[in-house]
Amino acid sequence: MNILVCVKQVPDTTQIKIDPVKHTLIREGVPAILNPFDGYALEAAARIKDKDPSTKITVVTMGPPQAVAVLKECVAIAADKGYLVTGRTFGGSDTLATSYILSHAIKQIAEKEGAFDAIFCGKQAIDGDTAQVGPEIAEWLGLPQVTYGLECEAVEGGLKVKKEAEDGVQIIGIKCPCLVTFTKPAFDPRYPTIKRKLAANRAKFEQLGDGFDPEMDPAYYGLNGSPTHVKKSFTPPVKQGGIKIKEETGADSAAKLAKILVDNNII
Amino acid sequence: MEAKTKDLWVFIETNEDGSPKKVGLELLNPGRDLATKQGGKLVAVVVGNNVADAVEQAGIYGADQVIVIEGPEFEKYTTDAYVMALYYLVEKYGPTTVMIGATPNGRDLGPRFSCRLKTGLTADCTSLDIDEETGNVAWTRPAFGGNLMATIMCPDHRPQCGTVRPGVFKKPAAGENKAEVIKEDFHVAPEDIRTCLLEVIKEAAGETVDLEGADIIVSGGRGMGGPDGFKTTLKPLADLIGGVVGASRAAVDSGWIGHAHQVGQTGKTVGPKLYIACGISGAIQHVAGMSSSDCIVAINKDEDASIFNIADYGVIGDLYEVVPALTEEIKKLKA
Ligand SMILES: Cc1cc2nc3c(=O)[nH]c(=O)nc-3n(C[C@H](O)[C@H](O)[C@H](O)COP(=O)(O)OP(=O)(O)OC[C@H]3O[C@@H](n4cnc5c(N)ncnc54)[C@H](O)[C@@H]3O)c2cc1C
Ligand SMILES: Cc1cc2nc3c(=O)[nH]c(=O)nc-3n(C[C@H](O)[C@H](O)[C@H](O)COP(=O)(O)OP(=O)(O)OC[C@H]3O[C@@H](n4cnc5c(N)ncnc54)[C@H](O)[C@@H]3O)c2cc1C
Repeated sequence: MNILVCVKQVPDTTQIKIDPVKHTLIREGVPAILNPFDGYALEAAARIKDKDPSTKITVVTMGPPQAVAVLKECVAIAADKGYLVTGRTFGGSDTLATSYILSHAIKQIAEKEGAFDAIFCGKQAIDGDTAQVGPEIAEWLGLPQVTYGLECEAVEGGLKVKKEAEDGVQIIGIKCPCLVTFTKPAFDPRYPTIKRKLAANRAKFEQLGDGFDPEMDPAYYGLNGSPTHVKKSFTPPVKQGGIKIKEETGADSAAKLAKILVDNNII
Repeated sequence: MEAKTKDLWVFIETNEDGSPKKVGLELLNPGRDLATKQGGKLVAVVVGNNVADAVEQAGIYGADQVIVIEGPEFEKYTTDAYVMALYYLVEKYGPTTVMIGATPNGRDLGPRFSCRLKTGLTADCTSLDIDEETGNVAWTRPAFGGNLMATIMCPDHRPQCGTVRPGVFKKPAAGENKAEVIKEDFHVAPEDIRTCLLEVIKEAAGETVDLEGADIIVSGGRGMGGPDGFKTTLKPLADLIGGVVGASRAAVDSGWIGHAHQVGQTGKTVGPKLYIACGISGAIQHVAGMSSSDCIVAINKDEDASIFNIADYGVIGDLYEVVPALTEEIKKLKA
């Protein structure tokens, strides 16, 4: 199988703190990491490769030059090759524009690496949090899609995807080529081996820069090609006046809480 | 695409039995307000099979018009069939705004559909308004794991689209059904549906739970220490006050309780009247799924647990002392 995994470098949003005075995000010192959901997508590809070693895994990321770090990390974990899409004209893209650029990049990469049987994405990036780029890439490329994938298995001509559903798990059959987005499975993805880490440090990554595809229409990418605009951003109001209850014993605290809940008609 | 009307559409997702998902009805509430400000009709769009119930309820909860696409191929959600149906309707009628519930299916459908229309989509909104200056919808949503709120607009493309988080808005009051119903004869050929549902592995009997529909949720986390406390400690409290049992991912991953109970970024998004978090630390991924609850109670033995930052009432103590005593006290007070 020939698999492409789309990966994004994101700030570790679990480590973001809010400046209590200015009410802005403190981004300094927050590490840039591989989006965890993209790690799950890569793991799904790696498991296909475990069973069929002829599988090739290529990764692509769009971002600033330093985003090359996530390509390295992916090669250290399981990927064979990586491509960096980077250019000033791509900045400020919303999800529609991001997916437009990535879908064109994917077509170009396929000319070198061969047509992809499957494109894997994370369910969502933990910074933008939209979960829109995967389905939008599928739409631009005309591919069928499955979202919320947990694991998958290669079968004749397609994939069997285990998908999280509202009331359990579904197994979906889908023909290749296709696009699957992955959410958090019950298992932990593999870690890089030392040998692969060393190899990844020496790996070179091809770049697709501004104007990499002359066919691309500037009306569809960058800030001006994006239909949505962030008009303002602000930190969420902190809950004021939370009441703490800490009596002598647990039973006393419970009695106090019970009275509050009943008196305020909450229950 | 140009808007042909000033109408606002609410997509009503249906269950397999043709009943509406709760979030669709919830959206009729802010939908009414925005539609009035936009100067157009409030239209409910129902797609599914045998959806008479959903059509009726859309009318009762205030839609001016209900547009229906019905057929066996829509009984179970598929991306291909639903995107084709919704795209067909939007091309034909040209609404100015489309709102979709941010359920798993809604978030699968939304971006695929808006991309086909080459328009903008705002994800997982928690507050909605009309920008006075421009008349555009101002969609507000959390990003960065809930650390940042952003207000987003789509000024030059129509329809302007958004997915809206379940549980944030309350269903409007029921009224007289005055809706005009339009049935569209639209079908999707089997070969155009490119995915195939091979197997459904439902949660084991007794493991299913309607978290989204619940008014009260009593959730347990890693602090439960094992599976038993869910049954012996949380369930009696939940049963007494008419609630259901939820869980953090840590508890689900430990195998203590089924995934259907999980609340959070990779579980359900809930907005009950009362959420009681027991032995849950308040990780950002958990909070993302329950922060719009009306009242949050946290029971945790660690005074510094971040769950206390969002709790209305925080009890510092051992849940195995507090919860059983709480159950008994409520019994007494309610007796
Ligand atoms: C506060 C804020 C709010 C925003 N809200 C919206 C909004 O509501 N609607 C909107 O259209 N845009 C929005 N944007 C813009 C959006 O964040 C960017 O377009 C971003 O580049 C992609 O969206 P995401 O991070 O949500 O990715 P998601 O759609 O969540 O990403 C899903 C998957 O797509 C792949 N992917 C995403 N980005 C890349 C990349 N750069 N390279 C390789 N693979 C990638 C990964 O596999 C990833 O797991 C917002 C931006 C900000 C700052
Ligand atoms: C991509 C991704 C997606 C995720 N999605 C989700 C999600 O959807 N939902 C989710 O919940 N998590 C999710 N997580 C996991 C999340 O980051 C946390 O790990 C998880 O929420 C922690 O669960 P917890 O609060 O139960 O456990 P912990 O963080 O271990 O907290 C346990 C708490 O119990 C308290 N405690 C212990 N014993 C007692 C006692 N006897 N009485 C009272 N208090 C006690 C402790 O003080 C502690 O605060 C996700 C993580 C990732 C990376």
